[in-house]
Amino acid sequence: MNMLVGVLALQGAFVAHSDCLASIGVQSVEVRTPEQLDSVGALLMPGGESSTMSQLLESSGLFDPIAARIADGMPVFGTCAGMILLASEILDGRSDQRSFAAIDISVRRNAFGRQVDSFEATINSSVGDFHGVFIRAPRIERVGDGVEVLGSINDEPVLVRQGNVLAASFHPELSNDARVHEYFVSITANRKKV
Amino acid sequence: MVSTNGSSSTGTQRVKRGLAEMLKGGVIMDVVNSDQAKIAEDAGACAVMALERVPADIRRDGGVARMSDPEMIIAIQASVHIPVMAKARIGHFVEAQILQSLGVDFIDESEVLTPADETHHIDKFDFTIPFVCGATNLGEALRRISEGAALIRSKGEAGTGNMVEAVRHLRSILGDIRKITQADSAELFEWAKRLQAPLSLVQEIAETGKLQVPLFAAGGIATPADAALAMQLGAETVFVGSGIFKSDNPAPRAKAIVEATTHFRDAAVLARVSRGLGVAMTGIAMDEINETQRFASRGW
Repeated sequence: MNMLVGVLALQGAFVAHSDCLASIGVQSVEVRTPEQLDSVGALLMPGGESSTMSQLLESSGLFDPIAARIADGMPVFGTCAGMILLASEILDGRSDQRSFAAIDISVRRNAFGRQVDSFEATINSSVGDFHGVFIRAPRIERVGDGVEVLGSINDEPVLVRQGNVLAASFHPELSNDARVHEYFVSITANRKKV
Repeated sequence: MVSTNGSSSTGTQRVKRGLAEMLKGGVIMDVVNSDQAKIAEDAGACAVMALERVPADIRRDGGVARMSDPEMIIAIQASVHIPVMAKARIGHFVEAQILQSLGVDFIDESEVLTPADETHHIDKFDFTIPFVCGATNLGEALRRISEGAALIRSKGEAGTGNMVEAVRHLRSILGDIRKITQADSAELFEWAKRLQAPLSLVQEIAETGKLQVPLFAAGGIATPADAALAMQLGAETVFVGSGIFKSDNPAPRAKAIVEATTHFRDAAVLARVSRGLGVAMTGIAMDEINETQRFASRGW
């Protein structure tokens, strides 16, 4: 099985994710083209600006190939803007914003407020207490049947999974703690059939 | 300023630098009204810088350049989803307080505006929102970081459409970082003295081989090739000031610069996006600007 993890590197915090994966000995490659996508067995979609990434997914010819790979069961992990790209419903996004609709959740863009409201706080999660960093973060406002809540803060979901798709509204790559990344790697190693 | 409520904290260095991380690999565009802000967002900008006049016009008009009218900043905030930045004068902490109360996402303590203090920069730890500051060399960058800046950009020579100064600043900052990683522990004391920077920050660079905060490029970037040059030199994002909205055809140029910044090592993509963009801003050669008119020499 191909265990090479790709980090979508169109825009955003892709370097921090690669560094985090390297800290647990997982090799990753930056993905900017369909050819690079072909070489990976799993994909991480970082935080950044979801509208910028949507544009670049189209202009780089990556949108359809990624959608096909996700449909084929490729494990994928989206953080913050990456989670928005994976959600089945985007609230307060741009009207032309497309998503992969890979996980049955509704997310509201920037629902935690502007940068002045960005915060760090402890998350109760299945990997244990985790120090979460929330930057102009989106909110998961609805969780569909079949979506597992793996982490929450004040009873609000912030880390969710459906099949091979993992999504977080926070930034595990900024906490010097690779447990959430390790969890994603374990999904990749025990990939579910779809 | 760090505030804590239960287990939750705002205004921490991690949260401030975190937003800078999110802007990497992107293009931050200067805009003067909500129409331009929408064009920028449509083109894929990862943030906009709201200001009353782009640097080229500040340069042409002369006089004192100040913080923008809050009304204009609010209108731009209402028109886009992406982060909105705004500029305060060097040392003008009250302008910064006003910008923070407006909820701007990042403050640029900028040499493009007329400095308000000839000795002191703003104490950026006093604020909840992050600051970006310009630097011409590593010493200046580290002094700004020691004051709490969450992001450093080259100064370049804003409003000229000429990136020679930005290249000089990037090469100076990144070149000195490379040299410091080769220095032995005794030499680091000399480096700190020469750079007029805190020793602890110099030692940290020797260990990690990189600046404590992200490094972006600014000043004179006008074409997709300019953006890619800055990225290949080691910048992590580009600011484009006058280069977009002082060109013939802003929307396609903005989109082309966004693509060039993402695919900065792919010459075939750069060739494709550079085609048929029309005339770039005319620009000014450095020897046409005398020393006293140079923005980059502002800041201490």
